[in-house]
Amino acid sequence: MSVPPHRTPPRFSATFNPNVIAEIQRAAATGIYDIRGGGAKRALPHFDDLLFLGASISRYPLEGYREKCGTDVTLGTRFARKPIKLKIPVTVAGMSFGSLSGPAKEALGRGASAAGTSTTTGDGGMTPEERGHSSILVYQYLPSRYGMNPDDLRKADAIEIVIGQGAKPGGGGMLLGQKISPRVAKMRTLPEGIDQRSACRHPDWTGPDDLEIKIEELREITDWEKPIYVKVGASRPYYDTALAAKSGADVIVLDGMQGGTAATQDVFIEHVGLPTLAAIRPAVQALQDLGLHRKLQLIVSGGIRTGADVAKALALGADAVSIGTAALIALGDNDPQWEAEYQKLGTTAGAYDDWQEGLDPAGITTQDPVLAARLDPVKAGRRLANYLSVLTLEAQTIARACGKSHLHNLEPEDLVALTIEAAAMAGVPLAGTNWIPGRDK
Amino acid sequence: MPSFDLARAPLRELNAALHALSPTTNETHWIVSNPSGKHAVACGLDAPVTVEIDGHVGYYCAGMNKAATVVISGNAGVGVAENMMSGEVRVKGDASQSAGATGCGGLLVIEGNASARCGISMKGIDIVVKGSIGPMSAFMAQAGNLVVLGDAGDALGDSIYEARLFVRGRVASLGADCIEKPMTEEDRAILAAVLKRAGVEARADDFKLYGSARRLYHFHIDNVDAY
Repeated sequence: MSVPPHRTPPRFSATFNPNVIAEIQRAAATGIYDIRGGGAKRALPHFDDLLFLGASISRYPLEGYREKCGTDVTLGTRFARKPIKLKIPVTVAGMSFGSLSGPAKEALGRGASAAGTSTTTGDGGMTPEERGHSSILVYQYLPSRYGMNPDDLRKADAIEIVIGQGAKPGGGGMLLGQKISPRVAKMRTLPEGIDQRSACRHPDWTGPDDLEIKIEELREITDWEKPIYVKVGASRPYYDTALAAKSGADVIVLDGMQGGTAATQDVFIEHVGLPTLAAIRPAVQALQDLGLHRKLQLIVSGGIRTGADVAKALALGADAVSIGTAALIALGDNDPQWEAEYQKLGTTAGAYDDWQEGLDPAGITTQDPVLAARLDPVKAGRRLANYLSVLTLEAQTIARACGKSHLHNLEPEDLVALTIEAAAMAGVPLAGTNWIPGRDK
Repeated sequence: MPSFDLARAPLRELNAALHALSPTTNETHWIVSNPSGKHAVACGLDAPVTVEIDGHVGYYCAGMNKAATVVISGNAGVGVAENMMSGEVRVKGDASQSAGATGCGGLLVIEGNASARCGISMKGIDIVVKGSIGPMSAFMAQAGNLVVLGDAGDALGDSIYEARLFVRGRVASLGADCIEKPMTEEDRAILAAVLKRAGVEARADDFKLYGSARRLYHFHIDNVDAY
């Protein structure tokens, strides 16, 4: 753009920036809030704000490509008669058949199974294909109870009671009518094509005392075999973790606000909940205060992208992490090969987030059989397995550099923070200092 | 006839024994004594047996029941017969909140009253309440039939989908998108059949039918005041 002499160039407001202006214009034109998929897109304190220190004179590293660095994790050791043993501490998070296509769910199962880890159902129940292709399957127990039945409960390897998710702690869900295909409608006992509301509260219990009784019921129905997870969105992680532990959970899943959703109001995604980084240490502290750290397991999710993120979450005290958005990307979500079609939808590869519309060019967040057929579940599953392998190798690389023979030996002492905010949230020193904001020292 | 005294042996033993029953078992009639308000009594059953419970039970009695008949000679706590798939559960006393919640099939009969949220998110179960039901009953009810011989509390059938609500007495108020509907011959036949299965004598013509206006089936900004 050429600027005439003596005129200031166009200057955008930091407050009313182009994105804000566009949203005001969109809201004025439609009268309705923006709904989209995915997690928080705003910049947040995150694992990128932490660094590992690595070995030095006082710490011995382990030899890469030679010395073993364990990655296995067992979930459900507290009460369950049949705990789950995973080869890697990275699981695949709950995503429903309905929000995702059948081939996408199958691919998640194939990829997770090849990597030796678990995948998870979602709102809407368990499909035979998903069970068949998932060697370890976690069955979500959600407020809607869509598709819930005792046969599938017993087929599952673990049960995850979902209280909330990081993208929308305190919120329910809405699967829009265009994704309610005949099969999805039948599984959910709903008319075809209507907008389907998922409740935000469980229908038959309220509060931690009731949750304890609900967990007892699920254990009784499944003869105390299955690990019981409790999943919460990150909002009050210390108390939620303590209450879930008190209620008898085997595993607590803590999902930060970068965690994805199939469809939620943008204002909810961006303005409710805590960043993942801010949630881990309070949760770990709660378990330590109860003497339960490493006795029940903590899974952290929300914005896990790399092996460094895995290692950092584990160093802060998690036993495992879970991936959702990254798993979809590994399958083929936002693949540039579909750029022409993304353009037709008014977006571009890398920014596509209208998962609620069911028009996904990659065939993942859709129930359109033509679009869904684009995803080869075998190839997509292989891509996910590859990605999970890279996450694990990267985490091992870091752990060996820190002298750890198992990923679970990583600890907060291995970390420093690049910003004061991250130092305070993660409870590790600001790099180059011994200062942890908010602590005495 | 097997009997089980919950004052002398733990609940786990009872449920394990009931779960171990095969569909062809000869032990088809069980008596359970001294439940003393215990939770999760006789939950997760999956065989065509009858379990008679002599006394009051706590939460989730007969939860996720399949095929079995469970008779409670007393009151039932929260979530009796929650997510029932088939079979029959009969409460001879009163039931607490969320009776028959998310039930997918089978028949739940409550001979006394039921508290709030009776039939919440029901998905095909038939529920007959001889007395009255509390507020917010049949919230987001998807399928099945709720039959109430007494009165219904506030916000009956809020955000209801395709369940049918038959009420003989007074309805304090209807929830969002729930309306009174004309009763067709098919509706009368369904009601009469449910009453017969429940062993309840009542005239179908004495009931009013409530169901979904289907105005909220698609989210539209013009309906925002209804939420």
